[in-house]
Amino acid sequence: MKRSLTTLLTFLVLLVIWQELVHYGIWSHVLVPAPLDVAKYFWDVLRDGSLLSATGVTLKRLLLGYFAGLVLGLPLGLLTARFKFVHDTLGVLALGLQTLPSVCWAPLALLWFGQTESAMFFIVVMGSLWSVLLATDAGVRNVPLLYVRAAQTMGSRGFHTWFKVILPASLPFVVSGMKQGWAFAWRSLMAAEIYITILTGFGLGNLLHYGRELNAMDAVVGIMIVIVGIGLLTDKILFSPFERMLHRRWGTAK
Amino acid sequence: MNATPPTPASAPPKLTVENVSKRFQTERSQVHALDRVSLDVREGEFVCLVGPSGCGKSTLLNIIAGLDQPDIGRVTADGKPISGPGSDRMVMFQESALYPWLDVLGNVMFSLKLKPALTNAERREVARFHLKLVGLEKFEAMHVHELSGGMKQRVALARALAPNPRVLLMDEPFAALDALTREQLYGDIQRIRAERRKTIIFVTHNVREAVCLGDRVVLFSANPGRIREQFEIGLPRPRDINSVALAEHSTKITRALKSHLSSELAEVAE
Repeated sequence: MKRSLTTLLTFLVLLVIWQELVHYGIWSHVLVPAPLDVAKYFWDVLRDGSLLSATGVTLKRLLLGYFAGLVLGLPLGLLTARFKFVHDTLGVLALGLQTLPSVCWAPLALLWFGQTESAMFFIVVMGSLWSVLLATDAGVRNVPLLYVRAAQTMGSRGFHTWFKVILPASLPFVVSGMKQGWAFAWRSLMAAEIYITILTGFGLGNLLHYGRELNAMDAVVGIMIVIVGIGLLTDKILFSPFERMLHRRWGTAK
Repeated sequence: MNATPPTPASAPPKLTVENVSKRFQTERSQVHALDRVSLDVREGEFVCLVGPSGCGKSTLLNIIAGLDQPDIGRVTADGKPISGPGSDRMVMFQESALYPWLDVLGNVMFSLKLKPALTNAERREVARFHLKLVGLEKFEAMHVHELSGGMKQRVALARALAPNPRVLLMDEPFAALDALTREQLYGDIQRIRAERRKTIIFVTHNVREAVCLGDRVVLFSANPGRIREQFEIGLPRPRDINSVALAEHSTKITRALKSHLSSELAEVAE
């Protein structure tokens, strides 16, 4: 309680200093918008609904692409871990493509899908898929052989061993891979939205882009704050409970 | 809920190891882990396999468990050849191999979940019965990492006993524990064995431990792994590992073990 108060006070003081620096013209308000200008921007876009609709568009793209990445990455990771052939082919491909920032897919995606939601979707999937796949692969490979042998003596075979032993045993790896995949998906989407305009939906990245075009730095900073907020919130809602459960079970440090 | 466990035991086992050989290829050399080993284990017998590391005693245990296959020879249980692992022969490893994503009760119930004939209530009842047997009935909701080394091995023992196997295979299960905990477990394992009438094969490199637990101590030598000598231990039970009579027996066996070791060295020198 006392610590969060310290944090809050620190940021408040910084905001006040920032406001005054712009107010007295020490920082040019063309380059750095004053906190009050940003607040006013928020007020405006909240009232006309454009912020909410942009957030909605972005979150929908993010969730769709990310879950597609998970749905593909998890089983493919299991396959690369299980079959040498898949590991030596798809596994190598995944390793290579994971190093490619997924916005690099944008030119190809535009060519293949045009300026459509499919192009966005593709870029987000490419952002999350490979790290989920590789983490699942690593997780399965790190399952102690003893766990599997013990399961076999208890009568577990085949799919039962995979779903009741290998998969849960690799959860710590898989969850950190999911988290990484989420971070990559989020970054790819922002880059793609700034880069590509799709007329059927304006996301946060588009707003950021237009903020720059119109030289409206209050909009730019405002959107950046929203993006940070969404990142923090998803971490708290999506991953923290999962991670806490793992820490409690495995007895690993917080 | 104390006298009889809910799952019924079936016909008596007799393990026969016939002429089993096994080699391992490592990067640098070939290890002759087992060389024409034959061994009979009677129903209800407690057999301890003792020998220096690399004498193949754990390999033999894994073959009996069905986790490894012999190169030559065969192993039968009740006259039927062993083709793979099965819950009639449960294994306890040196490390507990408990699953961290399950709590204590969940771990003990793991094998029972694979028995479709049981209802969930019955599974829970069987698991609790065995947790009580190892004295951990109050800890069923704990996570694995919250348990001490000795408690983990007790849970592993309960887990191994839960499907009511007739043979228990133990691979140095107490080696990583401190002396005091180990002594407690010697008492427990003798009591449980008497109550539950299991056939037990117990691998150890600790001669005293073997004499304390075994009806018979089988001495192995390494490179190639062979059975050198066998000792029937007629001491009354329950046995105390600190008793003088037990010390005399183990001194005798230790001496035999050493003489085999030195003759091995002589063979190598030739």
